[in-house]
Amino acid sequence: MNKSKTRTIKVDALARVEGEGSLYVRVKDDVIQDVKFRIFEPPRFFEALLQGRMYSDAPDITARICGICPIAYMMGACHAMEDAFGVTVTGPLRNLRRMIYCGEWIESHVLHTYLLHAPDFLGYEDAIRLSRDYPGVVEKALELKKLGNQILEVIGGRAVHPVNLKVGGFYRSPRKKEIRALIEPLKWAIQASLDTVKLFAGFEFPDYEYDYHCVSLKHPDEYAIHEGRIVSNHGLNFEIRDFLDHVDEEHVAHSNALHGRLNGSETYLVGPIARYNNNFEQLSDLSRQAAKEAGLGPVCNNPFQSIVVRAVEVLYACEEALRLAEAYEEPDASCIEITPRAGEGHGCTEAPRGICYHRYRLDTEGRILDARIIPPTSQNQKQIERDLWGVLAKNLNMPEDKLKWRCEQTIRNYDPCISCATHFLKFSVDRG
Amino acid sequence: MKAIKKPKLAVWKFSSCDGCQLSLLSCEDELLAVADTVEIAYFLEATRAQIKGPYDISLVEGSITTPEDVERIHHVRHQSKILITIGACATAGGIQALRNFKHVDQLISTVYANPRYIDTLATSTPIENHVGVDFELRGCPINKEQLLEVLNAFLNNRKPNIPRYSQCIECKRAGTVCVMVSQGIPCMGPVTQAGCGNLCPSCNRGCYGCFGPKETPNTMSLSKWFAGLGMEKREIKHFYQLFNANAAEFRKESQRHE
Repeated sequence: MNKSKTRTIKVDALARVEGEGSLYVRVKDDVIQDVKFRIFEPPRFFEALLQGRMYSDAPDITARICGICPIAYMMGACHAMEDAFGVTVTGPLRNLRRMIYCGEWIESHVLHTYLLHAPDFLGYEDAIRLSRDYPGVVEKALELKKLGNQILEVIGGRAVHPVNLKVGGFYRSPRKKEIRALIEPLKWAIQASLDTVKLFAGFEFPDYEYDYHCVSLKHPDEYAIHEGRIVSNHGLNFEIRDFLDHVDEEHVAHSNALHGRLNGSETYLVGPIARYNNNFEQLSDLSRQAAKEAGLGPVCNNPFQSIVVRAVEVLYACEEALRLAEAYEEPDASCIEITPRAGEGHGCTEAPRGICYHRYRLDTEGRILDARIIPPTSQNQKQIERDLWGVLAKNLNMPEDKLKWRCEQTIRNYDPCISCATHFLKFSVDRG
Repeated sequence: MKAIKKPKLAVWKFSSCDGCQLSLLSCEDELLAVADTVEIAYFLEATRAQIKGPYDISLVEGSITTPEDVERIHHVRHQSKILITIGACATAGGIQALRNFKHVDQLISTVYANPRYIDTLATSTPIENHVGVDFELRGCPINKEQLLEVLNAFLNNRKPNIPRYSQCIECKRAGTVCVMVSQGIPCMGPVTQAGCGNLCPSCNRGCYGCFGPKETPNTMSLSKWFAGLGMEKREIKHFYQLFNANAAEFRKESQRHE
């Protein structure tokens, strides 16, 4: 008979994440045997559905991969098509794209930090219960989130699945007065974001660090959001078009999301911490100052502090949106004329959860021959499992329900977007 | 004396992008008021807490695409007094229903290296193909005001005021000049149900059918107009084959253009 003691932790359906996933952990005699972060969100086969469609359908179709970060998909698709057609969007149209992306960062980060992640730090099941003990906090968060959505609505026509973005630019340029109306709310939002950074800085962060291989975009002139080269803190530096030379995806049995790997095997990190660590110097003075006052150095390796990093990025996005709104002049044309041609195009932008890559091959009419999309959560899956090993190893003496919650919190550090990753979770610890 | 119990609300997800559930969280001005009116008993995207059924109202997002989904939706129906489907996935199969027009094995091998790990049905189907549905709220995504109206109506035992007329009516009411008549831009407005607030035409773009077929749509006539604007057969087919591709009227019209 086997007398050794085995424990299992299972979370069958993870809460406060976007999509369906689970966690399974098996521990034998206080040694972790297996950790599986499983994505069971059913596959939706976007790459296959895009075959045969016109290039112009790609932004609207790929937007439907994710209701939380549709801009990331729409813009990745637009950039890839423009790359294939040899077109570059510049000037006021480029600024509008950066501004709407700021709106998505604000909406997505505020949703995640306040409504999905903060309850873990304060010991609440959800933000609604939290709001009963902290009156005013959730209301302010909702106001901030609403402003993110308003930017999406003014420029994109709609907050979820905007209608106004197209390859080459926009269907209609927003009126100057519509953009200018965002200025006063954005000034308020900067103050609200500063308060957010301070609030989150006061949370207690579990003791855990990892020497991450951080991969993000980098742009010479700005904190990269929608353009740049791909760089890492381990010396990688390459063009977006070379992405697939460095990253591949592995299909493992326990997940409907492909696992991203760097150079054949390496685990790496994308998202707010990766961006912050790679591009800290390019944040605004105010954002760097707020980060410093919140106790963050120029490098953050504690994934639980990602909530503070997101708050710093919200602050930056508000400042950046304000700058762009104040400088806005209506462009002469709402888009650049497109002439389709055969070819291959690549696009990559910083979705709220990290770099999101698109590649399309097109025929002479501009029809899609094949498509490849690599979302951020697929790339983070391996790193999430690594963090779970580390956090579990430090906390095996915790009571079962607390350990389970800590594991969930570890996964939520990543704001995993499971809908995105299944082209992606349940929790179980098996101690048997 | 017995305290008045709040009605229990559950939110369920099947194959989808989460955008319609997000619409509930996007009711920034109303969210806390809604949370005061109903007991949020099951809403995985928002809370760890799970209260057992039965539920007074279930909102269902997403379409049925796996064998487990088929079982789960029956389980949801059994526990729900009122079942409301939200969004194009739940009411028509969603964008993933484009698979209904292709061979599923081919799709799997296009995306996944080890097809044997993938368990999926050959089709993506709406909820009403599997269980009885009390109300279908359209949209890709749904309109949050319409969602609040439907919740309000069911909580007060009245009929939801959700029009089934076309997008054209919304354009006329808003005074938006017809993009098809004035600029020759193909527009799905004449056959698409109102609800988005005439978004695309006011962005100088033709409607692309997010809200699905209106009541009694004359798709055949609209396709003739499209052809008159110089659209090729394949383009017309693709216009119907978007987020509501599997809605009967759009499916039939697209297949006439094979």
